[in-house]
Amino acid sequence: MSDAIKAATLEYATRLGDDSVVLGHRISEWVSYGPFLEEDIAYGNVSLDYIGRARMFYTYAAELANDGRSEDDFAYMRSDREYRNLLLMEMPKGDFAYSQVRQLFADVYYTLVLPELEKSKDETLAAIASKAIKETKYHLRRSRDWVLRLGDGTEESHTRTQKAVDALWGYTHEMFDMDETEQLLADNGIGVDVSRLRDQWHKMVSDILTEATLTVPEDAWAVRGGRTGYHTENLGHMLTEMQIVHRSHPGCQW
Amino acid sequence: MTKPTEKLELFEVFVRSKRGLDHKHVGSLHAEDHEQALEYARDCYTRRSEGVSLWVVKSSDICSSQEDDADCFYDPNDDKPYRHATYYVLPDPVNNM
Repeated sequence: MSDAIKAATLEYATRLGDDSVVLGHRISEWVSYGPFLEEDIAYGNVSLDYIGRARMFYTYAAELANDGRSEDDFAYMRSDREYRNLLLMEMPKGDFAYSQVRQLFADVYYTLVLPELEKSKDETLAAIASKAIKETKYHLRRSRDWVLRLGDGTEESHTRTQKAVDALWGYTHEMFDMDETEQLLADNGIGVDVSRLRDQWHKMVSDILTEATLTVPEDAWAVRGGRTGYHTENLGHMLTEMQIVHRSHPGCQW
Repeated sequence: MTKPTEKLELFEVFVRSKRGLDHKHVGSLHAEDHEQALEYARDCYTRRSEGVSLWVVKSSDICSSQEDDADCFYDPNDDKPYRHATYYVLPDPVNNM
């Protein structure tokens, strides 16, 4: 592995780990606040899937970095400006409709990204993708189900779900951006060229929203910056809570 | 305010732990319909390799015997020993009963 590729792969594994840990933490905020016990347990399981995924990406990042850092250092010892997750993942959990719409956007995205990543020439990334595909199949089944129920449910659930779609739409464009790092990896058969997945994502999401009697928004605005460390104000607050125990008791074991 | 679960159906969950064995009742849960019940059954009862197959049945579809019927349902008929197989003396050649 050349130095340039190695550095890019480290950055890439970190980005994918950041997406997973941030979304996983946001979902975990529903634990004990779910609408009813069964859903509480089910959504908590989804959170654990994402946190497990983050661990695999961070463990690989730490291995590539080879500078004594562990997966915990990646998760707990970096500030918001060092995080490289997509903005969509860090938005606060909002109401249940908002979380399920975000989940649908993310699940459809991973449904398209992971099978491509599974073809990666990088065996570790391919193996992580392979495991995650199975989880995502189930996640999408859930979030699709919820968006259909809520969109085509009561007047209140429809209104809230449409509001969530409109509020989150502008954060989805960033998911398909490529920069030099990701282009280098895509050209070398290691990373996924996400720019080519946009139309499929739009089609799949539009079909589900339409079936749920919701309106697909116009592409009127877009917010970007997660991949370069320019986040919304929400991430800092989230990391404060997520990192406090580790930072207060460095190296603590139990 | 009504609790969310009051609007949901109650389902009984049955898990087959491995191929060849019967489905066993493991518990119950609330869900909107069969499809959702199956998803929650997966999350609540099979996340640690407990099963290879799931059944969910609406609790309201189960017809159960009543406490009051215990006498006539389960009386072992001990006063009529000939109703038990052990009452009969088997001929010697039959040794695998």
